[in-house]
Parts: sequence; C-alpha cells; structure tokens
Amino acid sequence: MANGIIVFIEHVDGKVNRASYEAVKAAQLIGSETGQEVSAVLLGQAVGDAAAEVASKKVKTVYTVENEWLKKYTADAYTQAFRQVIEQVQPALVLMTHTYEVRDFAPKLAASMKKILLGDNIGYKIEDGKPVFTRQVFQGKLAVDVAPVGDDPHFVSFQIGTFRGDESEAGQAEIKALSVNLDADVVRQQPEERFKEAKAAVDLSQAPLIVSVGRGIKEMKNIELIRKLADALGAEIAASRPICDNDWLPMDRQIGSSGQTVAPKLYLAVGISGAIQHLVGMKGSRTIVAINKDAEAPIFEIADYGIVGDLFEIVPALTAEAEKMKQ
Amino acid sequence: MKIIVCLKQVPKNDSVLRINEQGTWIQDRDLTYEINESDAYGLEAALQLKEKHGGEVIALSLGPARVQSVIKEALARGADRGIHLEDTAFDNLDAYGIGTAIAAATKAEGFDLLLTGLQSDDYGFAQTGVIAAELLGLPHTTIVMDVELNDAGLRVKRELENGFFQWVNMPAPAVLTIQSGINTLRYATLKGIMAAKKKEIKKLDAATLGIDAASLAPRMEFRRIYLPQKNKQTQFIEGSAGDIAAKLIDKLKNEARVF
Repeated sequence: MANGIIVFIEHVDGKVNRASYEAVKAAQLIGSETGQEVSAVLLGQAVGDAAAEVASKKVKTVYTVENEWLKKYTADAYTQAFRQVIEQVQPALVLMTHTYEVRDFAPKLAASMKKILLGDNIGYKIEDGKPVFTRQVFQGKLAVDVAPVGDDPHFVSFQIGTFRGDESEAGQAEIKALSVNLDADVVRQQPEERFKEAKAAVDLSQAPLIVSVGRGIKEMKNIELIRKLADALGAEIAASRPICDNDWLPMDRQIGSSGQTVAPKLYLAVGISGAIQHLVGMKGSRTIVAINKDAEAPIFEIADYGIVGDLFEIVPALTAEAEKMKQ
Repeated sequence: MKIIVCLKQVPKNDSVLRINEQGTWIQDRDLTYEINESDAYGLEAALQLKEKHGGEVIALSLGPARVQSVIKEALARGADRGIHLEDTAFDNLDAYGIGTAIAAATKAEGFDLLLTGLQSDDYGFAQTGVIAAELLGLPHTTIVMDVELNDAGLRVKRELENGFFQWVNMPAPAVLTIQSGINTLRYATLKGIMAAKKKEIKKLDAATLGIDAASLAPRMEFRRIYLPQKNKQTQFIEGSAGDIAAKLIDKLKNEARVF
C-alpha cells in the first residue's frame, strides 16, 4: 500500500538548490493535513554533506542514491534511478519544485510509469481528504484546479516561489542509502560542463527605477517612446522576453526567469501582459505600475497602480509629466 | 535529415478569454488562433537545419479541422508536407494522451529529429515532447537554444537557470523541445503560399494509428476554471491621458514615495 510523500532534492555537485526546500515545505504542509509522512531523496555521487543538510529538516528519512552514472545530471540516469527509488519506497505522492531540471526529467519519469506530471502548480487545497492542485493556464490569465486520476503514486511540482523554503520546519531525519542498478547503455545524454555566456553588460538588479516594455509596443520603432519615458524618469529601460527575442532591445535588458531578477523601488510595466516567466523576475519590486489595454492581463494581479488604456496615448503624457516634475 | 516538427494551434496571445457557462473551460466561439510561440521557433529551427544539411521537414498538428491552417502556414514557410492528427477521440486530451498520439504517428512515419516547442501557451503542460520521447524509447533534451549535427548524432545547447547553459551530446533519432527566441522567424512569401497549395497533408486517426482508448484516458481531472485570485489591491487610475499621467506622478511621489 503506497504511503507518504517523497520530495526530490536537486543539487549541483552536492550543493543543494535552495528551491528544493520549497517542495519540502509543501510536503510538510500537505503531509500534516493528510496524515502522511514526508521523506526526501538525493541522487548523485558523494552526496553525504547534502544529505546531512536536508536531514536537518523535519522529514522522516533522507534517501541517498549514489552511483557514478548520477555524478552529472542526465534525464536518462535520473529517471532510471528515481523510478527504482519509487518502487522501493512506494510513496503516494512525489513532490518537486518546478525547476528546469525537473521539467527535463519528471515528465519522462511519470510517463515511464504511465502517469502524468501535474506540473507548475501555484497552490493546493484539500478536497475530500485529498490534495487538489491549482495551476495557471493561458499564461496566467486563468487558473484551474486539477486532481490526479488513477492509482498512486502521483507526480506533482510547484512553481518556484510558491512556498517559503526557509520556513520549512527543522528536525532530525535518518539518512538511508538505497542501491539501484543503472544500465549504462540507457544513459544516452552526455552533458558537457555548465557555463555562463559573457557577463551581462548591464546589471539591472541595482537600478532603483525601471521602465519595462513588452509586446504591446508592437513595433521596434516605438521603443523610442519608452526610452524617452525612461530618460525623463531617470530610469533604466528593460523588457520582457519577446522584445529581446526580436532584438528590439539587447538580451541583457531582459527581465524574467531566463533573464535578470530585479526588485527596484519602481517597476513600470508598459504593454506587458505578465506571463509568469516575466513575473518571477520582478514581482519583488516595491511599487509596480502597469499600463495595458487588457483589463484582465495578469500583470494587474500584482500591480499597485493600474492603467487600462492605450499606451501610445498614456506614455507620451507620462513623459511630459515626468519632465515637468524634473524642472 | 528527416525532421518532424509538432505545431500546436492556440488562441491568439492577446485574446480576451471568457469562461463558459458550465465553468469547465473557455468559450471557444469567436476565438482566433495562431501557432504556439515556441513551436514556431521549432519550425524555424527545422527549416534552418534542412537548409544547412538537406532533408525533409514535416509539420504535424493534432486537433479539429481548424488546425489545418497551422499546417498550411508551416507549408507556406517551407515545410515539405503535413500530418494532421484528427479524431474526436483526440478532443480534450491531457499531455500524456497528446504524447501518445504524437508517438504513434511519428513512429509510423520515422524520423531523425522530432521537435516541439518547450511549452504551450494555453495549457502550459511543458511535457508533451518529453512524454513522446519516453513512449518512443528515444533520448530527449528540453529548453534547447541551439542544435548542431555531427557524426555521433547531435550536440544541443540546453538553457539552465541563473544564466547557465550546457551542451549535451546525444545520438539521433532524438526529441528536442525548443526555447522561444533562438532564431529569427521567417514569414511565408507569396511564392511559398502558392507552393503550399500543392503540398500533401496526410490525415490520421486513432484507429489507423492503432491507439487504444486506455492510453488516451485522462490522467488528470479539471475540477474548475476561474479568474486568478488577486494578491494585491490594485488602484486603477482613470481619466484622459493627461489626467492619468498627472495623477500617477502625484501618487508615485506622495503616496508610494518612489521619487
């Protein structure tokens, strides 16, 4: 009989990804509400220190799986190893934080057991004693509640930032090594070393004022309007991903999960609908202003001040007003 | 090199979405559609690989009759032929069901490279390509920024978090999910649109592909759809453009104290 929640702990060379503690926190909450024990699993080689770190959390057992084929992450080796852990531990629920690594292997792991990943959730509720998960659809414009169907185990991931990892309860866990048989022939990906591209020329993380532009600007030549507003306010100019993808502004001006993360005093979002990939990069800003023609754009969910209207009328008026203020 | 690229048709990015009377999904009448953004980059990557290395690009889409417009658009941009997976059994599938149908169709066709976008702009499951890879028994890599071919197979650049990247080597055939923005999208030319009219679109249904009902059965259940709950109280500023500008600057100065 399947029972308990197992949390996937991600790491690079034994250094635990802090985001994994968000899944620990989620498991502690769901576990206490549904009467299930929480355990955690680390896959790798020489993960003793990382396991000891995780064992300082309130979980029953930290499972470690050490194998030379797990030294560097590959989807193939992780899937094989994790699947054997699930077969040995028999959890009811596998919880993860929705990182790029989890996105890479978790759908494969679930599919190998004829299951699906309920991915990228932003919350949960308990209905009839069982967790139901909330996720965004249509890039955050709408939300849905979804429940897993079929036998245990179920595979679930939460969006980064859904839970506070630093609020996960402390405790003392036992550490238990599990052994798995990995078939080297099944590991087909050969990863090279991780690297960073040439350092970004612009560090927006320290900018106190940011004017950011999105798809609503329509054409490259209109970026000039935004530049004038930024100049008038003494702000840095930034953008959402589609603008940088089109080369309308350089990549190092991009805010969001694949760009920079910022938390300025003022973030003025112009023509940005607020897809989650953008929001994660700026939702910590102190004051957020959004200008968008669509009153239901998700950006308004996190905005302090909202202006529903035509940016091509409002931005020039705002620029004029900002220049007045300077004088 | 034979490349199959999966294209999903999704409501246009700036669509105003209304929840249907039953509260089960959106109203789909009056919607206009487009190619899912990251899938369009997958198509462009396929066309560029073909231009460099030769071969064939096949555009595949699953859905009702309307998704033919997505396939035709791909043919006009330069894909050689299309595959349309159409069957009422394919309505409202989850990612596992879609992955199952794609795996069955692409296995029958055969390929060196199967490309999808990294996620759809409607459901956002971000796993269809990976599921298809697993069901096909093939290696995959997700969130791919660049694709190189070599004697051993593929060398692909994977995007990681916090500004990191990683090259991954893999044998072909393989499945890749493509990140948006990795290339510059082309538009269909008039010549391309004319040429597309003569290109074949093959229709396939569940029975032809030998897909059983159990593999399409839902693995998740939508309980309800709703507008997201707000975390913040937003003050909406109204009036003429001039009024709005004056009010906003005043509030930023005296209320939020950002200047």
